Amino acid sequence: MTASTTVVESSRPGDEAAVTGLITPRVRRQHQRPLVLTISIRGLSVLGVFVAWWLIARHVANPSKLPTPLEVYHNYGYLFSHEDLWGNLGDSLQRSLKGLIIGGSIGFALGALSGLTALGEESVDIPMQLLRFTPFLALIPLFITWFGLGEKPKIILLSIACATPIYLNTANAMRHVDRKTLEASRSFGLSGLRLIREVTLPLSLPGILTGLRFSMAISVLGLVAAEQINANSGIGAMLFNASGNFDTPTVFCCVVVYMLIGVCFDLIVALISALALRWRAGVAAR
Amino acid sequence: MNSSSSPLAVRLQGVRRSFGDFVALGGVDLDMREGEFVALVGKSGSGKTTLLRILAGLDSPDVGTVLVPQRRTVVFQEPRLIPSKKVWRNVVLGLPRSAENRAAARKALEVVGLSHRENVWPATLSGGEAQRVALARALVRQPKLLLLDEPFAALDALTRRQMQTLIGELIENFQPATLIVTHDVEEAILLADRIILLREGHFAHEVTVDIPRPRRVGGAVFDELRLSLLQELGVDE
Repeated sequence: MTASTTVVESSRPGDEAAVTGLITPRVRRQHQRPLVLTISIRGLSVLGVFVAWWLIARHVANPSKLPTPLEVYHNYGYLFSHEDLWGNLGDSLQRSLKGLIIGGSIGFALGALSGLTALGEESVDIPMQLLRFTPFLALIPLFITWFGLGEKPKIILLSIACATPIYLNTANAMRHVDRKTLEASRSFGLSGLRLIREVTLPLSLPGILTGLRFSMAISVLGLVAAEQINANSGIGAMLFNASGNFDTPTVFCCVVVYMLIGVCFDLIVALISALALRWRAGVAAR
Repeated sequence: MNSSSSPLAVRLQGVRRSFGDFVALGGVDLDMREGEFVALVGKSGSGKTTLLRILAGLDSPDVGTVLVPQRRTVVFQEPRLIPSKKVWRNVVLGLPRSAENRAAARKALEVVGLSHRENVWPATLSGGEAQRVALARALVRQPKLLLLDEPFAALDALTRRQMQTLIGELIENFQPATLIVTHDVEEAILLADRIILLREGHFAHEVTVDIPRPRRVGGAVFDELRLSLLQELGVDE
């Protein structure tokens, strides 16, 4: 605590001495940040990564082990013309979307069940938590013996991996919707599906979207594992093969492709947030 | 108490604040002396809360001088307790962890009659209890300026009366300069030395309350004052 000056001579009104010991408070005001500044800082942060990469590649690392950004850029030309990058990307996106939709739906449904009712939580929570800690990478050989070498094992693997983050976040968000708000809504006659649709779901959406973001990332990262099965197509297979061949530029190309997919997925979530979470503007800390 | 000779606790000069086209405060001057209790009454949107937020240092005027003591505390309309801290830790929020402050928290909770609740989570408190904790939190710092933003608005009539009595006693003992923002004319007359009526961002009316303390609702002087204030507010009875 800051002690203020306590000894103030008693004086007549209006006397300047009477004002001693008082301060003008410093106010923490929320400024509307200029868009140009925001975009510049974000852009510079990305540029900074590339500059650091370039500096390390040029001056520190062994050229055969770490390509420069420019070499990686030139490698794309080769990958597009000789390795069918577009085709592989298409295959991969299809797989990850299938996994995301199947796994995400199951995760969401079970999460809602577990978050909304005690019986639901008792029935599904422990199995889902066990699933969450299943080392599915180690199960790939088993998946092949069960489901063959086609698309099936890949989609199932991705679905399982995508289900748990959405499950966890949906259950948690729905369980922690403000009790008083629910009570008020119930007192006005909302119940059942209508209560869920109009109150519970919108209020737990921020948490659900966090789960979706995790699941989106896993749906893409899981490709590296899933496409090891009969590794003949997909960006994950490309990465897996290039990594095995110490083809560093291609590895970097694939990593950058992953990042770009991530950026696109995040844009989708940002769009959903902008449309569905407008009510949060006056609630958040900043 | 005779506060006209006490040192200044607050000085506002030409304070203006607008939000877009809406002028919340259109240039107000206010001097408050140590130990003085001022009530700010007015309709919704008259600028009461804006003035309080400026005094608290939560908002700043577009133009004008603001001089306030370093040590000032606020009791908001809602308790605003930190749900993840036990009651007594809420009371010493922001203070250094020490045995002294722990003892001060205990004492402040005793003063507001909540010693038995010091180790519970805020979520388990009733509305009146939570607001008393908020009051203890404001008092434990021994403020030079205590700001009360409709602190009893959400309480039931009985709890409100108890809180008003409690605040009256506490302020007699601690003697901070106090500004209360309220809709309730009776509350203003019960508690304040001076009542200022705010209308569309300007001080429209000001009265000194000469009723001796402790005050109670009723009596000729009280009723006359109440009626005149209600008329100024534009409420017909």
